[in-house]
Amino acid sequence: MKIKSQKDFFSGVMFSVVGVAFAWGATTYNVGDGARMGPGYFPLMLGVLMAFLGLIIMFNALVVETEGGDPIGKWAWKPICYILGANLAFGVLLGGLPSIKLPAMGMIAAIYALTIISSMAGTQFKLKPVLVLATILAVGSYLAFIVLLKLQIPVWPTFITG
Amino acid sequence: MELIHNLSLGFGVAFTPINLLYALIGCILGTLIGVLPGIGPVATIAMLLPATYALPPVSALIMLAGIYYGAQYGGSTTAILVNLPGESSSVVTCIDGYQMARQGRAGPALAAAGLGSFFAGSVGTLILAAFAPPLTELAFKFGPAEYFSLMILGLIGAVVLASGSLLKAIAMIVLGLLMGLVGTDVNSGVARFSFDIPELTDGIGFVAIAMGVFGYGEIIANLSQPEDEREVFTANVQGLWPTKQDFKDMTPAVLRGTALGSALGILPGGGALLAAFAAYTLEKKMRLKPGEIAFGKGNIRGVAGPESANNAGAQTSFIPLLTLGIPPNAVMALMVGAMTIHNIQPGPQVMTSNPELFWGLIASMWIGNAMLIVLNLPLIGMWIKLLTVPYKYLFPAIVLFCAIGVYSTNNSTFDIWMVAIFGFIGYLFHKLGCEPAPLLLGFILGPMMEENLRRALLLSRGDWSVFVTRPLSAGLLAAAAVLVVIVLLPAVKNKREEAFVED
Repeated sequence: MKIKSQKDFFSGVMFSVVGVAFAWGATTYNVGDGARMGPGYFPLMLGVLMAFLGLIIMFNALVVETEGGDPIGKWAWKPICYILGANLAFGVLLGGLPSIKLPAMGMIAAIYALTIISSMAGTQFKLKPVLVLATILAVGSYLAFIVLLKLQIPVWPTFITG
Repeated sequence: MELIHNLSLGFGVAFTPINLLYALIGCILGTLIGVLPGIGPVATIAMLLPATYALPPVSALIMLAGIYYGAQYGGSTTAILVNLPGESSSVVTCIDGYQMARQGRAGPALAAAGLGSFFAGSVGTLILAAFAPPLTELAFKFGPAEYFSLMILGLIGAVVLASGSLLKAIAMIVLGLLMGLVGTDVNSGVARFSFDIPELTDGIGFVAIAMGVFGYGEIIANLSQPEDEREVFTANVQGLWPTKQDFKDMTPAVLRGTALGSALGILPGGGALLAAFAAYTLEKKMRLKPGEIAFGKGNIRGVAGPESANNAGAQTSFIPLLTLGIPPNAVMALMVGAMTIHNIQPGPQVMTSNPELFWGLIASMWIGNAMLIVLNLPLIGMWIKLLTVPYKYLFPAIVLFCAIGVYSTNNSTFDIWMVAIFGFIGYLFHKLGCEPAPLLLGFILGPMMEENLRRALLLSRGDWSVFVTRPLSAGLLAAAAVLVVIVLLPAVKNKREEAFVED
């Protein structure tokens, strides 16, 4: 049997697996009956429905002819890693990681890290314009979020501000 | 004359300096993100939700609403000058608008879009003001069974009228509903699907999902495509004012677009995008007058019609939100989030319990539309300059605003980890060809649906027939069924696929 639409087939797999997982999880709570729905009732219903929908999507992907087979294509690992990495670095620098005793470095350091790491996701990377951009963003964010909107965000590293 | 009384109350609220300022900020931001391709109102409103904590609720909603309808204005600029839809609802504007720009008629095209939008926006606002009270009356007759059926209709409507595979869209809704159930069950106090993570007992952060899937997911998808060569017709914008013949051609198109857009905006699942598509199809069906330029070659009606329709639709899609508390599209789902942040339960009671908010918001839309026409026609040069900013400087800024925004919702780094996870999931959806907007709708409606289903079945002692024996509820379910059947009819199915090919 040949997969006629790769995108549809794997999204069907995703829906079925997640649906079964939710339905199975729901049975660990009290399901109850229609008149007295327990916390597991609605999720169990939906989980089964979604798993069923996933199966139909998978079946269609095996049967219905498509042009070119709807390939999923290559994964863009470079932007995924840099964008999500920039986001994680921002979180770690902003809040610190108590589990490894890393102190919070504050918003300004986090903005520089985020801008530099995320810029690497693009096609060309030149340090100087990126640093200029990071400075603009840091100053702009300070004015907009701290001065104007008065959000409670640590700006400087905790070992400086105490 | 209640309408006049209500509107004067609204204008009283909207004309205070602070609210004028926030309407202006919203309109500027909306135009900005509308002009910039690659970032839409959903991601922007999600980003700014946390920033509105400190504002009074009216000002916050006025600003967020401004972003949505402002984006409809800005989107047309990019569509006409660069042949890129700045907003998804401007996809059809590209077809004739860009051709006009190539013929050196970018000015009249921009003016047609701007003036049409202003007219449609004003009419849409008026319809909103006139129709909201009677619909609210109706909404008070709704019991839990009717609400449950209405949500089914809304969700079905949202996928039927949207693009892409019907089955996948329904599956995405169910996934959204399930994700909405994560966290403490209000009835039993059981923490569901929280894996003993304390932050998850409050549920998955709405902002984290919206930003991860719509913000990060889209950035990653954009970066994975090679950069397009953009041809910007900046030098060609001289002489904004359309000729007499242009006015003659565009006026009926604006009127038709406004009527169609207003009607489609009210439907569940409707809104700006659908309205624009339908209006373009309608204009194409109208016979060409002798000597008129063909469609696809720069016909001004192909710009004026859809641009009026998307603004009218953007305005009237507030009706289901404000009267029934049911969001008809992803942006309105975010508005529900915004209202909940400010402790306002969306629904028919908003009009009576918060009249200043209700009428102030409506009045601000008219003021916003007036501001937008000024922002977009005389100041067009400023926005054109923006189009020359390369994406490589834009996307780090978007990533940053997402990260700061999501952190400030709860001042906790946990949400930053969540947004990273959802960024990955968003890219996965993109790869698998799953439209993420229905997921967001399901996520918002999940807890509401469960609650109404529970109440309805409790009242009927577990008898499911309650949904078909109560006439209102049965009617709503029948409407949902009819929608599905219509879409599955072969003739409509082909048309629907055709209409979304340009996507």
